[in-house]
Amino acid sequence: MTAPLTSPRFKENARAALADAPLQQALKFVEVNFIARRREVADRLPEFDALRDAARDIKNHTLEHLDLYLEAYEERVRSAGGHVHFALTAEDARNIVLDICRKAGAKTVTKGKSMVSEEIGLNAFLAANGIAPIETDLGEYIIQIRGEMPSHIIAPAVHLTKEQVEADFRRVHTHLPPERSLVEPTTMLTEARNVLRERFLAADVGLTGANFLVAETGTSIIVTNEGNGDLTQTLPKVHIVLATIEKLVPTLEDAAQMLRVLARSATGQEMSVYTTFSTGPRRAGDPDGPAEYHVVILDNGRSAMLGGAFQDMLRCIRCGACMNHCPVYHAVGGHAYGWVYPGPMGAVLTPSLVGIDQAGHLPNASTFCGRCEAVCPVRIPLPRMMRAWREREFERHLSPASQRTGLAFWAFFVRRPRLYGAATAAAAFALGLLGAARGRFRRLPLAQGWTRHRDFPAPEGATFQAQWRRRTRPHP
Amino acid sequence: MTARDTILASIRRSLGVRGDEAPRRIAVAERLAKHPAGIIPARGRRESERLALFRSMMQLAAGTVEMVARRDEVPGAVAKFLRAHNLPPALRRGADPRLDAMLWGRERTLDVASGPSDGGDAVAVSHAFGAAAETGTLMLTSGPDNPTTLNFLPETHVVVVQADDIAGDYETLWRRLRERYGPGKMPRTVNWITGPSRSADIEQTLILGAHGPRRLHVIVVTGG
Repeated sequence: MTAPLTSPRFKENARAALADAPLQQALKFVEVNFIARRREVADRLPEFDALRDAARDIKNHTLEHLDLYLEAYEERVRSAGGHVHFALTAEDARNIVLDICRKAGAKTVTKGKSMVSEEIGLNAFLAANGIAPIETDLGEYIIQIRGEMPSHIIAPAVHLTKEQVEADFRRVHTHLPPERSLVEPTTMLTEARNVLRERFLAADVGLTGANFLVAETGTSIIVTNEGNGDLTQTLPKVHIVLATIEKLVPTLEDAAQMLRVLARSATGQEMSVYTTFSTGPRRAGDPDGPAEYHVVILDNGRSAMLGGAFQDMLRCIRCGACMNHCPVYHAVGGHAYGWVYPGPMGAVLTPSLVGIDQAGHLPNASTFCGRCEAVCPVRIPLPRMMRAWREREFERHLSPASQRTGLAFWAFFVRRPRLYGAATAAAAFALGLLGAARGRFRRLPLAQGWTRHRDFPAPEGATFQAQWRRRTRPHP
Repeated sequence: MTARDTILASIRRSLGVRGDEAPRRIAVAERLAKHPAGIIPARGRRESERLALFRSMMQLAAGTVEMVARRDEVPGAVAKFLRAHNLPPALRRGADPRLDAMLWGRERTLDVASGPSDGGDAVAVSHAFGAAAETGTLMLTSGPDNPTTLNFLPETHVVVVQADDIAGDYETLWRRLRERYGPGKMPRTVNWITGPSRSADIEQTLILGAHGPRRLHVIVVTGG
């Protein structure tokens, strides 16, 4: 029971997404808002690009010494009175969380936003075991009451319009007067605040993710704007942190470097509103805070990515900048990717976690425009890694036969430049003659994938190569 | 083999290391002990402009800032702020000695309680450990005198900070924290706060007052 996977149906998902009018309306906000806001704060900080280099180097250093930093971190958490639980698989992590909840006699668990919790399908598992999980981030709360997965790693409900959210609130909050006005997003936020406030105060266990874990001090860090993560981890008697092995950074100074690029890349803020550093349970004399502090550290396939072609992906700090800048994401949104992690980072990470046989479409859903790599705060070479996945897919004979035949045909010509030049010149000439009257083709054999959605222009004049030869020929 | 050992073994196998190599161990131990600083933005460096930078960055994050010359002016400033915003004259504060030393009794109409909040308080007053001017970020530390609940449950949060405690950058705050708590040690909770709570989860429209305070007011004490 992990998060359900529809990545193998990416093409169908994408087609449906393109025809979904409310989704297309909602996606316009991504393209406009996130990009401009990030640009503005990045331009305001002259050191921003140097900080991106520093962030990349910190993550590389940590990954190269991950075994040792994990040991140091674990020792620090224990000496601060916390518990560390290691989980090899998603199933192990779910069982550890359930066990802690049962020991605490928990009926409800409030949750801060955690993508790892989505990855392991924690909510469905807890509910099946009689414990009610309550998402408290506004976006996560909205998708929880809709029974959906997040469509974006930092803005889970980015695929919805305010009219859709209003309809969901009316459907679920039946204790409130039906004639109330919810036209303004402000009133919806206040309504969610009031509904969730009672849940915060009643919860037995609070579960958060972690943006970073600090080896120097045994600290977990969460970054939020709403303050929901803080109420989640401060009010109940037990705080569980669910994190994966690559969240580690060595020191508080290293965390400061990472934090300087995180919010700027994610929401375009100078700094998120709440950055919270938690170390162990409440201390003697503390008037509040949890009595127990548990960290569940999950591997789930990540240790196997070290030392290989996809190690760089483990630098990812989940800011979402790659999807905010991705033309494919702008067109189809996050759900089409069919699993927890959408956009370019998902196109690289998902095949590593669920297998290229399941997620082969994702690295193919790219124009290779390179914007994702250009904005990545830890400079992950996302296009190169998508290409690496395509190569593996081809090597393992997972791509369809028609595509393989086509590639073999093309390879035959492209290895013979003279023949290639002659063949393309002949083809262009023939197509030019055939299409001269209309100037375009409605249909072309072997190219229906193109002509189904648009016309193919009839070639005019000589081929590019022929023109190039003419231009570069020395003038007499 | 425990899950812990399996994961460590898998990491070492992937990295092609055993785990006992001296150069790797030394590199890690040195980094943890020396915690080298990386790139520090120049914008917070100039001491003469630091207070103005803190104020403008906090305002950019939708917080409000006022200056008072002396510590004993704080209760009066708080009372005035509450009146100006039509808020009831009641607040809850931590037992921080710097707040304790202020003459709250002089504000006769002000109802002052102390200790953690159970969610029933409209206004909280906290004292910050310090602040970083580079982003207008306050730093609060939990402890017997500083309940964390005060930072999140009330709708209005007033934070008092000494002007001397406003540093240019985060790294200076870490240095001061180590001086206070010892190397490698942290209080249970360190809160960095940059403005009032907000959400942009509905159509990316920014709305103040999500789960935490709707209003954040900072009182900077410039003198003694």
